[in-house]
This record gives sequence, structure tokens and C-alpha cells, in this order.
Amino acid sequence: MTLDAKIPQGPLAEKWSKHKFDLKLVNPANKRKYDIIVVGTGLAGASAAATLAELGYNVKAFCFQDSPRRAHSIAAQGGINAAKNYQNDGDSVFRLFYDTIKGGDYRAREANVYRLAQVSVNIIDQCVAQGVPFAREYGGLLDNRSFGGSQVSRTFYARGQTGQQLLLGAYSALNRQIHAGKVKMYTRHEMLDVVTIDGHAKGIVTRNMLTGAIDTHAGHAVLLCTGGYSNVFYLSTNAIGSNVTAAWRAHKRGAFFGNPCYTQIHPTCIPVTGDHQSKLTLMSESLRNDGRVWAPKTVEIAEQLRKGTLKADQVKEDDRDYFLERKYPAFGNLVPRDVASRNAKEMVEEGKGVGGSGFAVFLDFADAIKRLGEETVKAKYGNLFDMYIQITDENPYKQPMRIYPAVHYTMGGLWVDYNLSTTIPGLYALGECNFSDHGANRLGASALMQGLSDGYFVIPYTLGDYLAKIGPKKVDTSHPAFEQTKQDVIAHVNKLLSLKGTKTTNEYHRELGHIMWEYCGMARTDEGLRKAKGLIQALKADFWKNAIVTGENEEVNASLERAGRVADFIELGELMIDDALMRKESCGGHFRVESQTADGEALRDDENFAFVAAWEFKGENQPEELHKEQLTFEAVHLSQRNYA
Amino acid sequence: MSNGNMNLTLKVWRQKNAQTAGKFVSYKAESISPDMSFLEMLDVVNESLTHKGEEPINFDHDCREGICGMCSLYINGHPHGPKRGITTCQLHMRTFHDGETITIEPWRAEAFPIVKDLAVDRSAFDRIQQAGGYVSVNTGGVPDGNAIPIPKVIADEAFNSATCIGCGACVAACKNASAMLFVSAKITQLGLLPQGQPERYRRVQSMVAQMDEEGFGSCTNTGACEAECPKEIKLTNIARMNNDFFSAKLFRQEEIHEQNH
Repeated sequence: MTLDAKIPQGPLAEKWSKHKFDLKLVNPANKRKYDIIVVGTGLAGASAAATLAELGYNVKAFCFQDSPRRAHSIAAQGGINAAKNYQNDGDSVFRLFYDTIKGGDYRAREANVYRLAQVSVNIIDQCVAQGVPFAREYGGLLDNRSFGGSQVSRTFYARGQTGQQLLLGAYSALNRQIHAGKVKMYTRHEMLDVVTIDGHAKGIVTRNMLTGAIDTHAGHAVLLCTGGYSNVFYLSTNAIGSNVTAAWRAHKRGAFFGNPCYTQIHPTCIPVTGDHQSKLTLMSESLRNDGRVWAPKTVEIAEQLRKGTLKADQVKEDDRDYFLERKYPAFGNLVPRDVASRNAKEMVEEGKGVGGSGFAVFLDFADAIKRLGEETVKAKYGNLFDMYIQITDENPYKQPMRIYPAVHYTMGGLWVDYNLSTTIPGLYALGECNFSDHGANRLGASALMQGLSDGYFVIPYTLGDYLAKIGPKKVDTSHPAFEQTKQDVIAHVNKLLSLKGTKTTNEYHRELGHIMWEYCGMARTDEGLRKAKGLIQALKADFWKNAIVTGENEEVNASLERAGRVADFIELGELMIDDALMRKESCGGHFRVESQTADGEALRDDENFAFVAAWEFKGENQPEELHKEQLTFEAVHLSQRNYA
Repeated sequence: MSNGNMNLTLKVWRQKNAQTAGKFVSYKAESISPDMSFLEMLDVVNESLTHKGEEPINFDHDCREGICGMCSLYINGHPHGPKRGITTCQLHMRTFHDGETITIEPWRAEAFPIVKDLAVDRSAFDRIQQAGGYVSVNTGGVPDGNAIPIPKVIADEAFNSATCIGCGACVAACKNASAMLFVSAKITQLGLLPQGQPERYRRVQSMVAQMDEEGFGSCTNTGACEAECPKEIKLTNIARMNNDFFSAKLFRQEEIHEQNH
């Protein structure tokens, strides 16, 4: 099979409008004859479900939480980008596009990113119209701030809870359609497989998490909006429930997986304190607008700080190394996430890490408090500071915060073409679930943008084209493919329930996380990845022999839910290792130790690796087949990223 | 795996489902670190129960950073535990003392039936929002964001109401299991903003009607909801809601009737 990204012809700036005109339309009276399944109700899922229902389609929406309002998009803190140029600082669609392509280390698809930048302006208008309470200036106009990887202020925000407010906006649009009867909402339902007929997606199999009922649902198309898979690392900033199951099962049914090893490591998280920890908490990147990152200049001072004989505020100005400001004067503390993360890691490796574990650097607000006053700092970041106090029992108004990189977002995901279609016709992937817009590194405030862009403004057009082509012939679950897939799911569930070993699935998950972080985290080597592959294969074999799963299917069973997700994470982990092994270059947050410049910066290999890796599942325990989508850059020149 | 020095006794409500009776069961939580969150402490207990082949304690949780609103424990007589302005997932074990007995119960309200053990069904909240907690705007065709200027103080106040996470602590804290703080937060947010004006009076009527239908009790201004709200939503939201509600009943019936057609 050859990959066709279906990128429209013509100049970059006109591709999307031309494409919209060329796409087939579904007559308004026919829309009600189509049933659409939407899995996941975060920014991408809720916005897609609401918008498609507004257009007249019948939508069935599914989420595993008790309410669509709990989707993990709600936890995004900092903001959402839009090329509005409200600040008169030189922003434009092209600049947002350019920053995103460069920030992604030239591993994203130009046409998709340009469309994202174009649509960004509509997203803000849409959210404002819904009543999303964005931050305002005293004159009543929208306020902006700046994020890593850009030199303009284009980030719209709602205190440190932008994701929450945007999600509640989309949730309210969804609610309106549920009330109108155009969306049927299924909460506490987990998608466990996708049903295909003649190669097209025609439905899904779900488990009702309250009763254990395994049901089938039919539709003309299936949209996966199920988020990312950072929890493969066990410790990440993702919600505990975030998982890869829906996407992974779709992959096993034929959807290619794009760039699985592309993981974003976020530089400003609260450091790990002990083994008991179940997750990591992010401190919004917006903090780097006013917070200054530093480490002690010498190992001796760092040691005193670690032992607690010296306090951070006692370290003299001359003994501090504001390493980001020193190395990247143009961007300073607002360098992109991968650059900031790698530099923090370097400091730690040089023995200059702080905190009890030594795995931390400082994020200091002393200057900002002196300059702006504590009240202003509190108004801007108060909730983030409160959160930090809660978790660490330390006061960042008095002492600098301790931060360290953590896994935050996955740029890899199901491979999709320009229409957001996976390699299974009728199966679409939106938002973080797909691979398309961020390249090898995601800039701040661009995840919310992509989720809403895909849901509000892309899929409503591109899906119509597919639906018009297949026609409104009724699909229902009487086709034998539904029963067959359902039986496969039941067999898998029963296999999990039969595991009565000695180790909890949580213990397997933690072990997987250690392997992934150690060998497939911020720095990777050929040797380490090979070792990791063996470790994961052994872990997988052991899981199916020695895991414990308690309870039955016909009840609320968190143990069973978790077991299924951990089993899928283990399989995905192996694919991530394969992908990382194959990509013998450094790009974005994916740093291959063998590939670096003399200064220790990430060194790409455009000649051999300017492609999207799309992996095809070839059967249980078989090596996956690599397909390549060559990336061509017409509007931006491939160059070494430089933020100095 | 746990690495601390606290030993606690937990009295936990166990209930198979809404149809069966529940009871308190005592468990030991040993070697707990004061740096653990309350939910991480329960994770440790659950790991040890699983090792013994017993069924782990079921509780709702997801983001574990205080924003998704999923966690919901009633700890020593308080929703989300003894500290103000935080959720259960943000509560850390350093709040408790070595040797302490901690009582853990689910939210108690007729409108929140038990799902299992400590988890309850809060879908009534969704149905109230579905009844009218939105601005009726389709995707596309909206004015430029800056075409609707909103004074900063109004935007900030709307934001304060909008921070409700829908966890249900207000209902759990209220002796009448009233949902007025939750409902009024959304009504206030949209009622303050220009975008929310066209449907303002219809919204309050339909949301209040749904709230009553779901079986939530009425408000007696005791203020327990405000005291226990993890997002510190103010009681003044309820005053605004009452104001709009009476205004709608007395002066806006015709307008609302028109809108419903």
C-alpha cells in the first residue's frame, strides 16, 4: 500500500480554500440519514460531535469518564495560539505557520500546519461566542501572552485554566445537541475495537463500564478523538485514565501508526519525589514569561543546596547560571520545550541539579515579584503557585520553584491524510490521537488549537466528502462482522480475567515506564534501544503469565479496565522502541546521542529522515512494516534550528 | 513500594452496587509517606488488597491535579477532606497524623446513586447543563472576538464562576443535598457575559426545573456548599440565580414563551 497524504495542489495559502470547494457536499436533507460515531469527548471529540450534530448528522458520542466534561483536555493550563495580531507585534498566519514548522523541527506536514494557522483565528471567535471567559484588558479587549518558540504575543488564555474553559465551551455546545436529541451520549463506555466491512470502518465495540455489557454500534464513519499515549511512560502529566486502547486496537485492524516515538518532554514539571508517585504535575509554560530558569554555577554549590545547608535565595547572583538566557539570548527562557528540557537535563548530568534528588533546576520568580509586585504575579499565576504549594509544601513566592522535565504529550499517533482519514476509509483521527500537525516537537499552546481546529473546522468539511461518496445506505449491526469483532473482544476480556498471577498490572505498568523513560526518553542510543526491546518483550511474556486481574466482567471493574490498557501500552512501547531505533537522527524531543552537533544540539538528517514513519501491523508478535511519507518543504527552508 | 513512616486505619464504605446494602470495612494503610496524595495512599492499599486476591476499593479519579472534578471522597465528614479550597487528589497525607483513623465515604445524596464503593453517579449534573447551560451558537459565522468587548472586572467575575469543576462537593456538603451552587455558577457565568443575554431568563428556568426534577433539595442559605467548594465558588452566585429566576417568573414569561417556539 502506498501512502497518499492527499495534499491539495496549488499555493500553500490557497490549498485549504480550494480543497473546501472541491470537496463533495451532503445535501442538508440527507445529513439526517447518516450516523456518525465519535469516540472521546475532549476538545477534538466534543467540538466535532457538536458541530456535526449542528449540521444535521446523527451522532453517537462515547467517553470512558462519567461525564464528557472530565476529558483530559480540561487540564491544559497555559493557553491557545491564534494568529490574530491583536498586539500589533508582527504576527501573521505565515508567522504562526513558520514558528510551528520550525518548532516541530521540520518533521510536520506543511499543508496541515498552514491550515491550522489559518483556522486558528476562527477558533478564538467561536469560543468567545460560546461565552468562554478569556482574559481581558481593562478596555474590554482580549489579552495575550507569549509562549515558548515564538517572539510574538499570540496566546489567548483564561488564567491558568485555559483548557478547562475551552473544554467547557465545547461541552456546552455538545450539551445543546444532546438536549436537541442530535447527539446520543454514552458515558462510562470504553471502546475496545473497531468493526470494518470491506475495508471500511462501520462501527465499534464497547464495554459498558458499569455493567460489563459488550455492545456493538454501527455508523457511516467513526471518529477517534481519544487523546495521546504519554501514560506509556507510567509517570506523565496525563490523567490516570488516558490510554491508547482505542487507537491501538484500530491500529491492529489496519490503521497505520505515525511517528510513535515522538514524545514531548515538557521542561517545567514538579520533580518526582518517590516511588509512590502516580503521576506528574505540570507547571504551565506561561510561567517562563516571568520566571527565570537557573542552576548553580558550580557542583559544590549544588551539593550544598541538595543537602539543605544552603538555601536557594542565599545563592549569590554571581553564582547562578541562567543557562537559557546565557545560551539563547533572543528567546531566553522562552525557548521551545525540547531545548529547555535538554538543557535542564544537561545541568543535572553535570552535577548541578538541585532538590533532594538532584533531579531539578530552579524556576525563580524573585525578579518578577520585585518588578511587578507579589499581587500582580499572584493574579497571573496564582492557581499554579497554589498547586505547587499543595504538592511540595514549599512556597514559590519565597523560594524558587524546583522543576524538571516530564513526559507531557505525544506527537505520534494514528497516521492521517490531509482529510484526517486514517488508512482505514471511514475511520478518522482528530486532535492528539493523530500524528499530523506538530512534527517532532509541539510548541506551547498549540495542542488546544489543533484539537479544536480538527473538531470545529476541518472534519465537518472533510467528512462530508467521504459520506457523499459512500451514500446514505443504512448501516446496522446485523452484518456478521459486528458479531465476529464482538466475539474477539469477549475473548480478549476473558483472557485478561483468567490472569490470576502474582503481580498487579500496576507493577507491570511501572516497570514499562522505567524502561521507556530510561531508554526511549529524552536521550536515546542504539544500544539502549536494543536492550529496551528485549526487556519489553520479556515484560510482555511475563504479563500474560503472572499478572493479577481481580473481579468479573459483569460489574464495575477497575482492575480489568487497567489490565486491558496496560497490555496495550506494552505492545505500543515495543513499537515506539522500533520507531526510535529506525530514526537514526535527532529531532525535537527525540534526541539520538549518536546524532548531535559539536555544540551538543539535536542534529537532524534531512537527507535520510525527512519522512513520516507510518507503521503497519502485520499480526501478533510479527515485526511491523515501515511505510514512509516523504515530507516536502516548499515554503520554509530546512535549516538547523537556532534559537540564539 | 511505599516508603514512609505513617500508619493509619481506614474505615471505608464498601457497597457492591446501588441495589445492595453497604457497610464500613476497616483497612490498615501502612508505611505511608506524608508526601503522598490521598489517592496515592489508596493506591497503596489497593495494591496490597490485590496481592491478597481481594477486590480493590473502587473510587473515581482521573487527572489528579484538581481540575477534572472526578474525585469525590467524603473524608472525616468533609467533601474532599479537611482542607479548604482543594480536591481530594490535591490532599496530601501530611495533613494527617501517624496512627489516625480516617473515615472515607461516598457523596451522600439521593440524586447521586452509588455506583460502587466510593463512586457515585453524577449524571444528574450533566442533564442540568443539557437543559440550558450554554449559549446557543452554531460553529462558524460568529463575530470577531474583539467585537464583543467585555470589561475586565466582568470577565474576571464570569471566570470565577466558570471555574466550577462539577465535582458535586456542594451537594455532598449540603444537608438538603441542594445543587444550587453548581447550577448558579453556570447561570452567573453566562448571565454576566453579553453572549449569554439572549437566553438568560429561559436558561435559568429550564436549569432550575431540571435541577428539581433530578431530586436535589432546596437551598436554606446555610453556606456549607461555599465552605466546602474546592474552587471556592461564592454564595453570591446563588443570589444572582434567585434574582434571575424571580425576574423570569414575574416579568419575562412572555419572552420565554416566545423563545420556546
